[in-house]
Amino acid sequence: MRRVVVTGMGLVTPLGSGVEPVWQRLLEGQSGVKRIESFDVSDLNAQIAGQVPRGDTADGLFNADDYVAKKDQRKVDQFIVYGMAAAHQAVTDAGWMPDDLDSQERTGVMIGSGIGGLQTINDGAITLHERGPRRLSPFFIPAALINLVSGQVSIRYGFRGPNHSAVTACSTGAHAIGDASRLIALGDADVMVAGGAEAAICRIGIAGFAAAKALSTCYNDRPSEASRPWDKGRDGFVMGEGAGVVVLEELEHAKARGATIYGEVVGYGLSGDAHHITAPPDDGAGGYRAMQSAMRSAGIEPSQIDYVNAHGTSTPKGDEIELGSVQRLLGDAYRDTCMSSTKSAIGHLLGAAGAVEAIFCIKAIADGVVPPTLNLADPSDGCRDMNLVPNYAQERKVRYALSNSFGFGGTNACLILSAPS
Amino acid sequence: MSDNDIGQRVKKIVVEHLGVDDAKVTDEASFIDDLGADSLDTVELVMAFEEEFGCEIPDDAAEKIVTVKDAVNFIQEHAG
Repeated sequence: MRRVVVTGMGLVTPLGSGVEPVWQRLLEGQSGVKRIESFDVSDLNAQIAGQVPRGDTADGLFNADDYVAKKDQRKVDQFIVYGMAAAHQAVTDAGWMPDDLDSQERTGVMIGSGIGGLQTINDGAITLHERGPRRLSPFFIPAALINLVSGQVSIRYGFRGPNHSAVTACSTGAHAIGDASRLIALGDADVMVAGGAEAAICRIGIAGFAAAKALSTCYNDRPSEASRPWDKGRDGFVMGEGAGVVVLEELEHAKARGATIYGEVVGYGLSGDAHHITAPPDDGAGGYRAMQSAMRSAGIEPSQIDYVNAHGTSTPKGDEIELGSVQRLLGDAYRDTCMSSTKSAIGHLLGAAGAVEAIFCIKAIADGVVPPTLNLADPSDGCRDMNLVPNYAQERKVRYALSNSFGFGGTNACLILSAPS
Repeated sequence: MSDNDIGQRVKKIVVEHLGVDDAKVTDEASFIDDLGADSLDTVELVMAFEEEFGCEIPDDAAEKIVTVKDAVNFIQEHAG
C-alpha cells in the first residue's frame, strides 16, 4: 500500500487557535477549562467547560471573521466554523490550494463531528414550536448536517476528490484520519484534508451528557482542576470544543512538491465493544483489539512505542480500564513508555478529540517532548507504576506515538504515528 | 409608511443578509444576478421582509420578487 504522511495541521481548541500557540500553552501546563459564561448554567449541575477563547488570531486566539465571512457565519453552526478554520490553517500550512482540476480531483475531504449542529437543531426546534414552520430558516438543515464541514471545505478550495464524513462519537477524529489515510493508501486520492470538529457546549449538550452522568460536577468552583485523568479525585469528563484538521498526503506526492513532512500515519486499528452504549467492558477488550490491530498494521514492536496519547477522559471507570489494556498491549515495555491525557488541559472535544490528539502526537514526535497530564496529584491504585507524565511536560525522544479514541456505542479507533523517514 | 421608508428598510435588510455594499443595492438590482444571492438566500430574504414588515408573502408571490423594487412594491401593497 502507498505510504501516507502529514504535511499540514490546524487547531482550534480551548487553549487557543493555531498549532504553535496551542502546543506551547499545552506544554506550559495551562488549562483551557473555565466557568461557562456564555449561557445560563445556574440550573445545570456541570457549569464548566473548555470553550474556545476569542480574540486576535495574532495572539493565538480565535477570531471567526478571519475564516468565514460574517454574513455566512449565521448560515452554519459553530462546529462548521471551527472545522473550516482548522482546515484553512492546515491547507495553508501545507501550501496546498491547487487551482488545476487534476490536483483538485485528487484531493478529498473527510472531516467529521460527533454530534454536529446541536445548538442549531435546538434553536430550530424552538422556532418551529413557538412560531411555526414558515419561520424556519432555509439554512437550518445545511447548517446542522455533520458532513457539511467536508462540503464547505470542498466548495471553498475546489477539492473534488472523495467527500466523506465520519460520525463515531468520540472516535470520529481518529476514524476520519485513519479512513482518509486508507483512501490515499488504496489510491482513491493523493491528498485528504481530514479531522473532526465539535461545538456541543450549549445548554442541551451539557444537560444531555450530565443526564448520562458522564460529566464532572464537583469542581464547578475550581474549573482548571476538574479534568484529572487517573487521579483519585476524578469524577467525570469536562466538555471541550474546537477542531483539529490535518492534510494527509501520499509520500511521493509530498516529496515531489517539496512539502514539509511532519510525520507518517503508519498504523490504524478499529474495533467494536459489542457491550454497552456508554461504558466499556471491564477488561477493555475492544480498546485493546483496536490498539493491537494498529500495531499489526504498523508492523512494530511494543518497545518501539515511546508515547501514548490516551483517550483518558477523567471518568472513574474508563481511565483505569484503558490503562490496563495499554499495559497488556505493551507488556514489560510499558515501564519505559510515557502515557498522558491532554484532555486534562482542554477537556473532551468529542468528535474533534482524536484529530486534535493526533496533532499533539505529531508535535511530540517533532519536538521530542511529551505533554503533561494535569491535576494528577494522587493516582488511583493500579495507576502508580506507569509514567503518566504528571503535571509537567517531559523531554523524550518519540519514535512512535499511539493515540487512542473510544466512543459511545463501543466504537474504538487507534492511530500510530511516526517521524518522517 | 412612505415609499422611501420602505425602500430604505428593504435595502438595509438586503445589505445585512447578502453582505453587499449598499451602493450596489439599487432599485433595479436583482438579488441573484447582481447581488450574489443563491436560491436559499432569496428564501431567507423573503422571510426577513415578512418579519420586518409584519406581512405574509405567499410562495407564489415570493417567486416573483426578483429585484429590490419587486420587494418594495409587494410590501407597499400588502403591508399592514
